[in-house]
Amino acid sequence: MADHAVVADDEVDLSRRKFLTTATIATGAVGAVFAAVPFIESWSPSERSRAQGAPSELDLSKLEAGQMTTLVWRRSPIYVVRRTPDMVARIAGHDAELKDPDSKYSDQPPYAKNAMRSRTAEFLVLIGTCTHLGCLPKQRFAKGELYPSWPGGFFCPCHGSRFDLAGRVFDGSPASINLRVPPYSYPNPRTLLVGVDEKGAA
Amino acid sequence: MAVKTATGAAATVPSGAAAPAKRGFWAWLNRRMPIEEFVATQLTGYYAPKNFNLWYFFGSLAGLVLVLQLLSGIYLTMFYKVGEATSFDSVEYIMREVNYGWLIRYLHTTGASAFFIVVYLHMYRALLYGSYRAPRELLWLLGMAVYLALMAEAFMGYVLPWGNMSFWGAQVIVNLFGTIPGIGPGLVEWIRGDYGIADATLNRFFALHVALLPLALLLLVMLHLVALRQSGSNNPDGIEIKEKLGPDGHPLDGVPFHPYYTVKDVVGVGVFGILFSIILFFVPTFGGLFLETPNFEPANPLSTPEHIAPVWYFTPYYAMLRAVPDQRAGALLMLAAIAVFFFVPWLDRSPVKSIRYKGWMSRTGLALFTVAFVALGYLGMQPAEGLYVMLARIFTAIYFLFFLLMPFYTRLEPVKQPPARVIYHAH
Repeated sequence: MADHAVVADDEVDLSRRKFLTTATIATGAVGAVFAAVPFIESWSPSERSRAQGAPSELDLSKLEAGQMTTLVWRRSPIYVVRRTPDMVARIAGHDAELKDPDSKYSDQPPYAKNAMRSRTAEFLVLIGTCTHLGCLPKQRFAKGELYPSWPGGFFCPCHGSRFDLAGRVFDGSPASINLRVPPYSYPNPRTLLVGVDEKGAA
Repeated sequence: MAVKTATGAAATVPSGAAAPAKRGFWAWLNRRMPIEEFVATQLTGYYAPKNFNLWYFFGSLAGLVLVLQLLSGIYLTMFYKVGEATSFDSVEYIMREVNYGWLIRYLHTTGASAFFIVVYLHMYRALLYGSYRAPRELLWLLGMAVYLALMAEAFMGYVLPWGNMSFWGAQVIVNLFGTIPGIGPGLVEWIRGDYGIADATLNRFFALHVALLPLALLLLVMLHLVALRQSGSNNPDGIEIKEKLGPDGHPLDGVPFHPYYTVKDVVGVGVFGILFSIILFFVPTFGGLFLETPNFEPANPLSTPEHIAPVWYFTPYYAMLRAVPDQRAGALLMLAAIAVFFFVPWLDRSPVKSIRYKGWMSRTGLALFTVAFVALGYLGMQPAEGLYVMLARIFTAIYFLFFLLMPFYTRLEPVKQPPARVIYHAH
C-alpha cells in the first residue's frame, strides 16, 4: 500500500483522473465501433439474396427481328433487342446530339464499349433501368415517334430521359450516362446468358 | 412536514396558484413526482405573448396529428403483414374485412397529409414573424430536424402498402443515394439489402417506420418544446415580451399558457377536426393527391407507372430534381433546397424580426418565395416536359434567390420601428 500513499487522502490527482477518463472513453468508443459492425453488415444483401442473383438465360431463336423481350436478372429487367439492319443503320449519324457517344463515362463490359454497345450488331443487351433514377425506359423504336428527327430508341416516362437504339443518352436528358450493359455471353449461338462472361459469373 | 420545492420555483408560480397541499394522497404523490411543479412551471406559469393570431394554432395541431398518427399506426400494425407477398393483400384486408379497418387506415393516410399541412403552415409562421432569429436558432434547428424525420417517416410509410407507386417511389428515392460519387452504388445496395427494391427493403423500412423514426420524432419534438420553454414564444410583432416585466415578475404582454392558450387551442382543434373529418369521410384520396391512383395496383418491378410523382408534400423538391438535366446536380439541388432552411437564422440580417416591420424587399421576397413553393408543388405533379420544366427552372431560381439574397436585402431595405409593447386589441 505504501506506493499509493504519494497522494494524501483528501487530494485528487487530476492528471491521473483525466488520463483514466480519456482512456476509458477511447476504449469504449473503439468497442462501440466494433459492436456496430454486425448491425451495419446485417443490411447488406443476405446469402439468399446473393444466390438469387444467379445468371439468367434466354433462348434467342424465339426473338424476331425488330422485337424486344425482357428478362429478369438480379431483380433488374434486362432488355434484349434483336435489331434489324435498318435499326442498326439508325444508330449512326447523331453522335453530336449524344452526351457520351463513345461510352467513355458509361458503365459497360469492354466488349460493349463500341458504337453498337454490344458483342454483335444484331443483339442489344441492356439493363432496363434508367441511369437517372431507375425507372423503366419505354421502347420508342419507330423513326420519328417522339419528334420528327427522332432516330428511334428508348424514352423514360418518369423524367424524360431519351436513349438511342444502342442505349446511348441524348443531350438534354436528366440521365448523365448511357444505359448500362450487364455482363453477358453466348454459350452457343442460340442462347444468351446474362450475368456470366469470360471473367466468370458477376 | 414541509413540502420540498425547487429553489426559485416560487418565482415562476403565478400568484393565483395555491401552494402544494400538505396532506392526503395528492401531497404524497407530489412528494414523489413533481406533478404540480410541472403544471406550475410549464402550463399555468409559462407566459406566452397575448397577441397570438391564427398562425399560432399549427404547433399544437402538429402535436395532435402526431398523437393521431401514433394511435392509428399502432392499430394498423395489428392487421398489416409486412412482406413482398403479403403487404398489398393485408392492406386490402384492412380496407375490406377488418371492422372499421378503412377508418383506421384513412385516419393514417389523411393524417400524413394533415401532418405536412400543419407543419408547413407552422414553418411559414416562423418565416413570417422571424421566429428563427436569436435567441430561437436552436428551436428552429430542432424543428427542422423534426421536419427531416417526418419526411423519412412519410417516405417509408408510403412504401409499406407495396402498391406500384410504393415500389417505384422507393426505387427513385433510394437511387438518389447512388449519385454520391464513389460509394453511391454500394450504398444503394446496402440500403436495399438486395439487387433491387425487394422484400428485404420493405422489411427494414417497416422497422424504421414503426419503431426507430417514431421514437426519434418523439424525442425531437420533446427537445423542440424544451427549447421553446427556454426562449419563450415569439409573437407577430417579433419583440421580446421578457424585456417588459410587470411588478409580479411576469411579462406585461404575456398571459399564462393555461388556461388562455389551451382554451384557444381547443377551438383550433375543433375547426381542424371538422376539416379533417370532411376529407376523411368524403374524399380520403383527395383526388389522387393524398393517395395516388397507381398505388391501388400491386408493386410490379417490370412496369413503371406512366407518370411517377410523389405525394404532394414532396413535389416542390421533386420538381427541382427534374428541372436539372444532370442526375447528380439534380440530387444536390434537391438536398440544398432542404438544407438551406437550416441556415435561415443566420441569413436573415434584418434589425427587426417580424414581416410587419420589415421593408418592401423582404415582403416581396417572401411573396415570391410563397408563389415559387406552391408553383413547384404543382409542377412536381406534372410530366417533366417542355414548358413545365422551363417553369420549374424559373421557380427553382426564385426559391434559392429568396434565401441567398436574404443577407443583402434584409440589411439594405428601410425598416419600420417595432412598438415597445405588442399590438393587442381586446376582443
